[in-house]
Order: sequence, then C-alpha cells, then structure tokens
Amino acid sequence: MAVTAVEVVYRGIFQRLLSRAICRTIVLAARKEGKIGTAFGRYSDSPERNGIPAKYFAVVADDPLELQETLAQYEPKAVDVSIVVDDSLCKGVESWAWYGLQPINELTKEGGTVLVTSIQESADLLEDMHVKDTPYNLAIVKGPKSFSGLWVYKDDHTDVRILGALAKVCPQLVGIDAYKETIREQWDELKETSANRAYDRVQSTPVEPGQGNPEEPFSFDMPGWETMEEALVVRPVSVGGGFRGGEGGFQPERNEVFKKWSTRTMRPVINFETCTKCTLCWLQCPDTCFDVTPEGLYDSDMESCCGCGVCEDVCPVPECITMVHESNFNDNSSQHDHWKRDRDGYMAWLEEMRAASTTEKADVGRTHGFYEVGQYEKEFEQTGVAGDD
Amino acid sequence: MTISTTDIREKEQLISGSEAIAIACAMADVDVITAYPIRPYDTVMQFVSKLIADGTLSCEYIIAESEHSQFEIVKHASAVGARVFTGSSGVGWFYAFEALAVTCGLRLPMVAMVGNRALDDPGAFGTEHNDALAVRDLGWMLRWVDTAEEAMDAAFMAWRVAEDPRIYLPCAISTDGAFLTHSQQIVQMPSQAQVDEFLPPYDRGDFVLHPDNPITIAPQVNEDWLIEIRRQTDAAMRRARDVIIEAQDDMNRIFNREEEDPFIEEYMTEDADVVLVGMGTLSLPLKVTVRRLREQGKKVGFVRVKWFRPFPAPELQVALSKFKAIGIIDRDYSLGAPQNGGVLYTEIRSALYDVTPRPPMIGFICGLGGREVTVDSSTEMFDKTFEVAETGHAEEPLLWIGVRS
Repeated sequence: MAVTAVEVVYRGIFQRLLSRAICRTIVLAARKEGKIGTAFGRYSDSPERNGIPAKYFAVVADDPLELQETLAQYEPKAVDVSIVVDDSLCKGVESWAWYGLQPINELTKEGGTVLVTSIQESADLLEDMHVKDTPYNLAIVKGPKSFSGLWVYKDDHTDVRILGALAKVCPQLVGIDAYKETIREQWDELKETSANRAYDRVQSTPVEPGQGNPEEPFSFDMPGWETMEEALVVRPVSVGGGFRGGEGGFQPERNEVFKKWSTRTMRPVINFETCTKCTLCWLQCPDTCFDVTPEGLYDSDMESCCGCGVCEDVCPVPECITMVHESNFNDNSSQHDHWKRDRDGYMAWLEEMRAASTTEKADVGRTHGFYEVGQYEKEFEQTGVAGDD
Repeated sequence: MTISTTDIREKEQLISGSEAIAIACAMADVDVITAYPIRPYDTVMQFVSKLIADGTLSCEYIIAESEHSQFEIVKHASAVGARVFTGSSGVGWFYAFEALAVTCGLRLPMVAMVGNRALDDPGAFGTEHNDALAVRDLGWMLRWVDTAEEAMDAAFMAWRVAEDPRIYLPCAISTDGAFLTHSQQIVQMPSQAQVDEFLPPYDRGDFVLHPDNPITIAPQVNEDWLIEIRRQTDAAMRRARDVIIEAQDDMNRIFNREEEDPFIEEYMTEDADVVLVGMGTLSLPLKVTVRRLREQGKKVGFVRVKWFRPFPAPELQVALSKFKAIGIIDRDYSLGAPQNGGVLYTEIRSALYDVTPRPPMIGFICGLGGREVTVDSSTEMFDKTFEVAETGHAEEPLLWIGVRS
C-alpha cells in the first residue's frame, strides 16, 4: 500500500481557496506520477463562516482500488502531513460540528510532519501544540497567514511555497518535479521558482513524544438517543451567581460543551486600573464572556470569547481593552486573578502584550477581530521574505 | 492566483459530482437553468456560474426568488421546447413541491440534481435520501449515483430518457451531499462529438407551447378526466424501462464506458451467500468491507440500486432470489412503515413477494445526517445478515446501525 494523506487546516472563509488550491494541486501533480487521488473538504465544517477552523484533504494512492481502501469520503483517521496555514490553529481545531478540541497534530502519523506557515519559531509553536505520544516533525514555511488565492488579495505564493516544502518533507506523496510541472501549467514559472525555493529552504525539527503543550484537550461525551431529551429541546443554562461562586459580582453559567478555544485568533487584554466600570463590554459582548468581579470590574472568560473585538470597539477608555493575537498566550487563565495576585507584574505583562499587539485600533477597520488593515504588510516585512532574492 | 477558464475539453478533469453535472449542462447545450441556493446543491450553481462567466456555457441562467419559482420557471421553459436543468436539496426541494408534482402530469421533461440533504429540523446538511424519495409516487424518474463520473453520465442519460417522446417525464439525479457534491475525483470526459451522438436535441413536436402552435396546457379536470391522465403518466413511466435500457446500450458503446447493467450494480455477488443492498455513495465502505470479509473466506457481495424510479424490480428479483439472505440498507427512513423499515427495504420486500425462492430479509437504517458508514458498521450489517441466513428469518426485521444508545 502506498497511500498518502494530507490535511490542510485553515480558517474560513478567506483561506478556503488557498486550501483547496493546495489539495487540488497535490492530486493533479500525483497524476503526473501515474497515481490517483481525491481532494475534499471536511463537510461538517462551516468554512463560509469567518474565522471558523476548517479542513481540506488530499488523499493519493497508486491505483483506484487502493484509493477506495482509504475510504476517502470522511476525515482520514491519520495523515502523513498536517499543513497549518494559520499558526494560531496550533492550539487545536474546533469543528463547527461540535466534537470538542482536536489537537492540531492528532491525525499526524508517527514520523509524519506538521507543516506550518508562521513567523514564529518552532519552540513557540510547540508551546501551543498538544503533547503526542509518538515522534513527528515540525516544519515551518516562513510567512504570515495568507489569503492567497482570494481574488482581492495579492498572490504571495503561499500555496506553491507549501507545495515545494511538502515535496521535501513528504517526497513519497509527490516529487518536486511533478509539482513544478503542475504549477507551471496552473500558474506560471515565477510560482514554480517559489516552490523550488521553499523546497530548498524548508527546515524540519524533530518533535519527541512528550514535547509540547501538556494540557488535556477539551472533550465531552455525546448523549445517546435514549438519554437525550426529546423534541429538540435545548434547555437554557441557569442564570449564574456570584463571582467564582462567592458573594458579590456576577458570573453567568455557561454552556457545558459549547466552548470557544481555537475559534478565536485574538483575545481582549484588560487594563483593570483604567476601567471606569461603564458596563459596555459586558452588555455588548455577543458571547456573554465577561464576568463581573465583586469590585465591579469585568474579567473576560476565555472559555466563551470568540475574539470578535466588540468589547475593544465599544470601550470608551483609550487602550483599556486591547485585542492581542493568540500567539502571545499559552493558557486561558483569568487576567483578573493575575492582577489581584500581582498588580505590578500584571501591569508589566499588560504593557508587554500591548507592545506585542499588531492591532490597529478599531477605527482603522479591523474585520471581526480576525485581521486588520495593514497587518499583512507589517507581518510580511517582518518575515524577511519580501526583500528576498 | 490566475483565474483560469475552465477548459472542459480536457480529457481528464479533477471535479466534484456537482461540477461534473454542471459541465454536462454545457456539453448538452442546456437552454435554461434556474437556481436558488441551498447547501449542498449550491455547488452546482456555483460552477454553472463559473462556466457561464468563462464563456463555456451559454444559457438563460435565472436565480429565482425561491425554489418554487425556480422549478416553475424551468417547467414553463420545458413547455416551450427548451432543454432545462435545475435542482435543490432537502427542504428547498420540498418548498418546490407543488411545482414538482405538476411537472409529471404536464409531461414536461425536466432534469434536476438533488444534492441529498437531511430535512430540517434540526438544521443539518449531511446526506439523507428522504428529500428525493419524497417524489417517488408522482412520476419523477429517480437515479442515484456513486461517483462524479457516474453523475456526469447520469445527467446525459437523464436528458435523453426524459426528453424521449415516449416518456416526457422529469428526472432527478441524486448525489449524496458532501461525498459527491464536495469531493473532487478524477473523471474521464466524453468528447463533445460523443455527447452529440448520444444526446439528440429536445424536440417536443406539436406539444410545444408556441404562438405558431396554439395549444392550451394545464387545464382543470375532475373525476371526468383525471384517472385516465394518471394512467397515461403511469404508462409513460412503464415505458421508461425500455428507453433506459436502449440509452444505456448507446452510452456504453458511444462513450466506451464499461458494459454495465443500467439499473443495478452487482459487486462480487457471483458466488455470494449473503449480500447487502443500498444506494449512492455508501457503496464505498461496502465494497471495501466485501473485499475484507472475502479475505476471511466469507462469501459476501453488494448490490447497488441505480434507478429507484422506474424501480428495477425484474433485475432485483433475478439478482436477489439466489442468496441465503439479503440485508437492505436505507439512508432514509419511513416512520411507521411495515416492519418500521426504510423506503428501499419496503420496496424490495414488495418486489420479492412473488419470487421463489424468496430470500429472508433484514433491513438496516444507517448513515443518516451524513453519519459515516464505517467498515465496522458494514461488517455488523453483514454479520446480522449471516444470522438471518442461518435461522431463515430475522428476529428483529429492522435495525438502526451506528446510533448512540
């Protein structure tokens, strides 16, 4: 059996065409080597929704019978390469069909590769990626998350750079020559050159079992037909009570299973010292993610925040709430707890987060907390790719 | 990315079932296409739009304000002699139901793609066959396909049979949501010359609604006329069998496709003791399971029903009577039906009533809402069918498979 499977983990909707182009080109290139394949999206995802984690797959086999054996209709049980085109997804994948949090490397086979487009270093990414009990490799294609393939977006060659890197880390899938020929046919020689460069340059780091984020990924048991309530009734969660179950403040009850982990790409960082307790963030948050502390401050609960940035938009105090990219956080702990425990430490951390934030203020026109105007250009410069030969 | 035009003359394409049907529209030179978005059918309208934008497909393309109008428009277009295509999914198909019903009585050849989808509520878009099956009594010809290539062939067949003057009935091609509508497979394309040879232009003769041919259609009738009209529609459906056989022979010859039975596909059934029967893309896990069980020495096979209307009763009577037991898989439900069975189960049970020897039967409902039909659940169904073969009857005639209890 020479079956090779690849997944592309992306965020809807703007990265769908990028992922589709990668998977299609894999299958078309495999044809050049006389193989057969199929490319398909994970249907239970809702990639038309902004920022929602989603997957596309390419499965390649030597002959049609072998391809049938892979049952390539559903998400494969294991893949040779997990391609991640938005590095914030290294924290895990939440399908729109609700199964909990799937570690980014869950499907990666022993000895396989997680291939990430990122401007972070592998050590930073490994802080997010869950521990796995088999060794695999982590390869990075240097670059920011891209919307390449979207007609309103400049073609930064991310698609073919990933394919070039793929030929290096997974030569048994398709060799670089077949990719180059296909890329020349689909696009042009310039993109072929980009693929070749990525092939030459991609670096891969071995990841040992036990390396990575030790946190247990969120999961839950789904009820059976005999235990589930009838008539499609969804009971409300109860109203809630005092902050942390104590006297004073207010903390709403939250849905036990419907959490927000990797759905968000940014989170609010709050300056509790300048907060005027105006209530606007608490009122306007579409996900009821703010807890009211006994002193009347607002602490955002990271189980519920989808990173939309409405709180930042409505907050009347300059820089009281700042949206910061998820890559700056390695856990979901309470900011208010941090502040209460160590005010000076918190304020220093807050400054650090603000500096790390590439976020323009909302009036520059950030879209739904996902990407903001000018972010791409800034990140692209940081990669050093721009001035490259 | 360069936005490339779609060159449908390439011998080989990497396309989904929906894209295959959209390309078939271009090659069949369809005159009028209507659309209204609903997942997963919308994949076909997206590709139709692309083909039109590329200049590959030239037709009247009307985005209606609802599915009801969508089907009414092509119904009328068909009356004036236009070759038409449309489609829908799930509750969208149901919203057009009045138009679906009248099309048969008016004897208008309409070709529709149903991207099979669960019926809301609960809101869901995974595959279930109840949407297309709902028109099974009305005079719609119903075809279920398994691959993107078969979807393309079935579309050409659908126009050919529907527009045959002996038939003039609508035909729906069912493509399982996701597995066909959203999965891209390698498809070997027929040439335009082959399509032209297979598919003659639609000629409605003097039934055509045209100022030069002053006729009235869709009159009001009651008990004085209606039963005779129904009997005519019934006769047309009965004639469809022969027309399908004729068309399949032509297709095999002209397209150089493998010889195949027009109505059913038999997989490793020659020496089988028990077989499972089903429709659509669940044939993939079933075929893999058949091969794995055969490696263990178990004589099993699979039969895929391709045409549901006209129902291939003669073929199934011959094919199924020889087995020690048969299991029928429904990716649909018919609540309160005899034995609580699914639609296919009930139909096959009826088709086999007069057959000697009549094989013992068991029914399965699985894969609803697009739930994966796994090798494990396929093996479970074969095991249950073997039990029926041993005892000669099913203790429990109908089982739900792969359901959390």
